[in-house]
Amino acid sequence: MHVFGDFLAVLLTTLGDVAPIVFMVVFFQSVVLKRPIPRLKSVLIGVVNVILGLTLFLIGLEKALFPVGEAMARQLSNPDFIVGIGVEYLTADWKEYGWIYFFAAAIGFATTIAEPSLMAVAYKANEVSAGTIDKWGLRIVVAIGVAIGIALGCFRIVSGTPLYLYILGGYLVVVIQTFYAPKKIIALAYDSGGVTTSTVTVPIVAALGLGLAKTVPGRDPALDGFGLIAFASLFPIISVLAYGQFTDWYAKNRNRSTEEEKENGL
Amino acid sequence: MDLLPIVVVIVFFQVFVIKQPLPALADILFGCVLVVVGLSLFVQGLETGLFPIGETLADALARKGSVFWLLLFSFGLGFTTTIAEPSLIAVADKSADIAAASNLIDPAPESLSSYSSGLRLTVAVSVGMAVVIGVFRILKGIPIHYLIIGGYCCVMAMTPFAPKEIIGIAYDAGGVTTSTVTVPLVTALGVGLATIIRGRNPLVDGFGLIAFASLLPMMFVMGYGMIIFN
Repeated sequence: MHVFGDFLAVLLTTLGDVAPIVFMVVFFQSVVLKRPIPRLKSVLIGVVNVILGLTLFLIGLEKALFPVGEAMARQLSNPDFIVGIGVEYLTADWKEYGWIYFFAAAIGFATTIAEPSLMAVAYKANEVSAGTIDKWGLRIVVAIGVAIGIALGCFRIVSGTPLYLYILGGYLVVVIQTFYAPKKIIALAYDSGGVTTSTVTVPIVAALGLGLAKTVPGRDPALDGFGLIAFASLFPIISVLAYGQFTDWYAKNRNRSTEEEKENGL
Repeated sequence: MDLLPIVVVIVFFQVFVIKQPLPALADILFGCVLVVVGLSLFVQGLETGLFPIGETLADALARKGSVFWLLLFSFGLGFTTTIAEPSLIAVADKSADIAAASNLIDPAPESLSSYSSGLRLTVAVSVGMAVVIGVFRILKGIPIHYLIIGGYCCVMAMTPFAPKEIIGIAYDAGGVTTSTVTVPLVTALGVGLATIIRGRNPLVDGFGLIAFASLLPMMFVMGYGMIIFN
């Protein structure tokens, strides 16, 4: 009964969330283009699926994704786990939180490698670059970027250092890299930042950060809890640009050495 | 699916590192089933219902040649898709809880929901504006670097004046908005436009819209924080 009541309440708010899209589509089709909606039946079925799916997802989010993210942060940053039961623990030493950084990196890497939209981007990039950008290479590079980003973000929460310094530093690196990186990879690199933060990853990562800020002594969730997603969108840009610079440099070196070999041969 | 790598990592940590079962396991498993079923229904519904019609609409409006309707549609597309974005709903609700727990806002349910819907409306307006700017840029052919670098300078200039409690959420909002619903539709609009207008490169210009859609929410959410918390 309780679950059913939840379901109805969430369903009602979801109707409100999806209504604007439906309203806009109908308005532009009928008032501006003055055409009937093509394949109306499958569109209607689609809209019903969107509403039902979003409702179920939002209930599952509260029951699974948020609790899991927070539980992992709580368990791995619990003083009993870190320094042993009964030891007094008042100030946070960032070196003690190794497992948190490792967990954050593992979650970041695993979800990114399996991200469907990244697979699509990698496939397209391979096609456009005529094979010089390796599909697996790109996915691994982006995943490493996300892993480093989230781990560093956790370090920031544990150490309580200001977020904007990291982001400012990151963007400066991106700007400098943009000047030196091969032109072909720039659009791709900027894109990979947005691609990595999927619907499942965002709630877990957000809950991880907030849970961490709650358990680490001296941290305030409102001040320190957010920001992990920003890290996860920034660092892939850096790693992909670096990947582009490296393959470019490697290709030039190889060309030069084969030319030298030819000259020597003659 | 999406959830599998997360399950693998969490099981590994519970078994080998923490060496304890996950608390409230039954509830979490039930929730996972809901997430998987819900998300597949959602994505399936988007693909059969909204994406095809959104794409034909974007294409038809781009060909129609009326700048007014095109820009109005761009705003509507960015705004409405952001309102329905599941990860934004998640982050907005969470940030309302946190704000209430830290006594920044009144912990009554009404003020929680008004804070979180205020946040979502702010982000949605900013994404709408971002798509308008992005489309305008494609029409006029303004180089993207200036606008993006200028935008980030704005973000950095605003940061010292924004309340500390909003900065993290503002920076996160940029990554959150570019997710399941918004990216495919907005990219379709950009690529469609860039294909129709001569001298534009679909790859470069289609991507430009997403870059704006993650930039503007940062500024707008900081602005929201200045109004709400001061």
